[in-house]
Amino acid sequence: MGRKLLLENINVPGINTFEVYRKHGGYRAVEKALKTMSTEDVVEEVKKSGLRGRGGAGFPTGMKWSFLAKPEGKPRYLVCNADESEPGTFKDRYLITHIPHLLIEGMIVASYALGAKTSYIYVRGEMMPQIRILERAIAEAKAEGFLGKNILGTGYDLELYVQPGGGAYICGEETALIESLEGKRGNPRIKPPFPAISGLYNCPTVVNNVESIAAVVPIINDGADEYAKLGIGRSTGTKLISASGNIKNPGVYEIELGVPVEEFIYSDEYCGGMANGKRLKAVVAGGSSVPILPANLILKLTTGENRLMSYESLAEGAFASGTMLGSGGFVVFDEDQCIVRNTWNFARFYHHESCGQCSPCREGTGWMEKVLHRLEYGHGKLSDLDLLVDVAKKIEGNTICPLGDAAAWPVASAIRHFRDEFEWHVSHAEEAMGRNYGLAHYADPLPKAETVAAN
Amino acid sequence: MLKISETDEIIFTPELLVKFNEILLRYPEDRQKSALLPILHLVQAEYGWVSSPLMDKVADFLQLKPIEVYEVATFYSMFFLKPPGKYMLEVCRTGPCCLIGAETIMKHIEERLNVKEGEVTADGLFSWRGVECLAACGMGPVLQIAPEYTFYENLTAASVDELIDRLRLTTAEKAQIII
Ligand SMILES: Cc1cc2nc3c(=O)[nH]c(=O)nc-3n(C[C@H](O)[C@H](O)[C@H](O)COP(=O)(O)O)c2cc1C
Ligand code: SF4
Ligand code: FES
Repeated sequence: MGRKLLLENINVPGINTFEVYRKHGGYRAVEKALKTMSTEDVVEEVKKSGLRGRGGAGFPTGMKWSFLAKPEGKPRYLVCNADESEPGTFKDRYLITHIPHLLIEGMIVASYALGAKTSYIYVRGEMMPQIRILERAIAEAKAEGFLGKNILGTGYDLELYVQPGGGAYICGEETALIESLEGKRGNPRIKPPFPAISGLYNCPTVVNNVESIAAVVPIINDGADEYAKLGIGRSTGTKLISASGNIKNPGVYEIELGVPVEEFIYSDEYCGGMANGKRLKAVVAGGSSVPILPANLILKLTTGENRLMSYESLAEGAFASGTMLGSGGFVVFDEDQCIVRNTWNFARFYHHESCGQCSPCREGTGWMEKVLHRLEYGHGKLSDLDLLVDVAKKIEGNTICPLGDAAAWPVASAIRHFRDEFEWHVSHAEEAMGRNYGLAHYADPLPKAETVAAN
Repeated sequence: MLKISETDEIIFTPELLVKFNEILLRYPEDRQKSALLPILHLVQAEYGWVSSPLMDKVADFLQLKPIEVYEVATFYSMFFLKPPGKYMLEVCRTGPCCLIGAETIMKHIEERLNVKEGEVTADGLFSWRGVECLAACGMGPVLQIAPEYTFYENLTAASVDELIDRLRLTTAEKAQIII
C-alpha cells in the first residue's frame, strides 16, 4: 500500500467536523507554522518539498509563492482554485466534500506564508452543497480561534471567504477566475502582468489548486524532506488521481507518484482492471485537455520500459508518443468506445466553453466541432482529417489563454494515433453509424526502439 | 414558483437584503461588484430565474449599470434567462460520462418527460438539459437538480424514473397540505 498524506483519514466517521479532524491531528500545521516558523521558512519548506501545482500546469508551488510581489501598502491575496471543471477530474469535489478542514488548514498556512489577510476559495457554482460544507467548516474553525483576528494569539489575522462561480469552465484559468471574482465575465487577461504582480483588485495574488493547498499541510507537519522522499525524481509526493470510464473501480485514488500505469489500471488497490472483461483501447491520462494515447503507448514507453504515473514519464515521447499528467483526470476507454465520437464530444465542450475573446479559439473550436460532427454522423470526407489537423495547428499558440491549446491537443492527438478509425468513418460511413471500430491494433505491443535500431 | 411577472414591481425581502449585505462585507469597500455572482445566485434561488427587471434591481442595489449585470448573467451557464421547470434536471453530457451511458439517460429523460431539451412540461414541474462535466465522472452518469443543486450519481433508467415519480409525489403532497 502506498502512503497516503491527504486521504489517510478520509473514511474516519465525522472527519468533516472540526472536532474529529482536530482529534486526528488536524490544525497541527497551523500551530507549527504560525508559532514556530517565519513566513519565509514556510515558503522555503514548500520550495524544498518539490511540490508542483496540482491544477494542471505543474508549476513548482514554492517558486510561485516566492515570486509574489510585496509592495508597501497593498494587500496581497491567496485565491484557491476550486473551479474543478476539467472533464475527467473530480478529486477536488471529493476532498472538499469529505475532509473540508484539510483545505481550510492549508489555506491558513499558505495565507500566512504569503502575508494575505483576506483569502478566497473560488468554488464552481454548481457545487452548492460543497459551498455549504466549506462555509460551515470555516465557521467552526473561526469559532475555535483558527480564523479571524489574532489567530492562536500570534497576532496574525485572516478572513477566509467562499465565492461561487456561475458555471463556466474558463473560470478555472487563473486570470479568468480573478475577473470572475471581481464580478465580471470570465475573460482571461493578457499576461503580463502576472497575478503575482497584479491580480485580484490589481494587487499581488497567488492562485493555487485545492490539492496543492491541501498538500502544504503534510509538508509542514512532516517536513519537506519527508515529503520529497515520496515520489520519483522531480515528481515528488503523492497525487490524487480521478479514475473514470470503463474500469471496475472508478474513484479518487491517492498514489505515490511513480506507480506504473499498468499497475494503476489493473491492480485491485486502484482501478481493479477493465469493467466487464473488456480490453483496454485508450486512456486520457490527465483530463480532457491532454493528448489521448492508445493502450500500447500509455502502458509502455517506446523503449519498452513501463510508463509511470509521473509528470516526466507521462510526458516522455512529447507529442509523438507522450501525454501529460495534467490535473490527474484518468479516463479509461474500452474496446467498444468510439474515438471519433469522443473527440467530437470534447470538441463540442471546448467550443461551448470558449470565452470568445480570440478568433482562433472562438472560430476554430466551432469548426472542429462541426467537422467532427459530420465525420461521426457519416458525412465526412477524407480531406476533413487534414483540415482538422490544420485548424488545430492554427489555434495552438495563437490565443490569449491555454484553452485554445487544450482544445487543439485532443483533436490532433486522436487523429495522430487513431487515423485509421477516422478514415474508416469516411470509407464505411453507413457501417460506422451502426457499430464501433473496435480495438484494432491499438493494444498490440510496440516495436521496441532497440530492435528497430539493431535491424 | 414564479413569484413575479415582468410588470410587477420587485421588492427584495428584508431577509434577502440581510444576506446581500452580509455578502458585501467579504470584499474591500469599493469592490461591491464582486458580490454580483453570489447575489444573482440568491436572486435565482428566490425567484426561479433572473428576469430583466430582477437584473435591473440587482444593478440598482450594487450601484452598477444594468449592462454590467446583463453581460455577467448571460456569460455564465447557471443563470436562467427564462423560467425553467420547478425542477430543472441537469444531466452531464461530457465524454467520460458518455463512456458509461449518459446519452442513454438523456434520451430516457426526454422520452419520460416528453419534452425536448430546454422545454418545460405542461404542469410546469420539469425541464431538463445537458450540461458539461460536473466533476463527478467516476460516479457517472450524474445529474443535479436546480435550484437546490441536489446531486444524483450512478444513474440508471430505473433510478431516474423513481426520482421523477418521487418529485411528482412530493409536489402533490405539498399541494394537498396547502389545500
Ligand atoms: C482553460 C483552463 C481551465 C483550468 N481549470 C482549472 C481548474 O478547474 N482548477 C485548477 O486548479 N486549475 C485550473 N486551471 C489551471 C489554472 O490556470 C492555474 O494554473 C492553477 O489554478 C494554478 O494552481 P496550481 O499551481 O496549484 O496548480 C485551468 C487552466 C486553463 C487554461
Ligand atoms: S483562448 Fe479561447 S478561452 Fe482563452 S481567452 Fe482566447 S477565446 Fe477565450
Ligand atoms: S464527465 Fe460527467 S461528471 Fe465529468
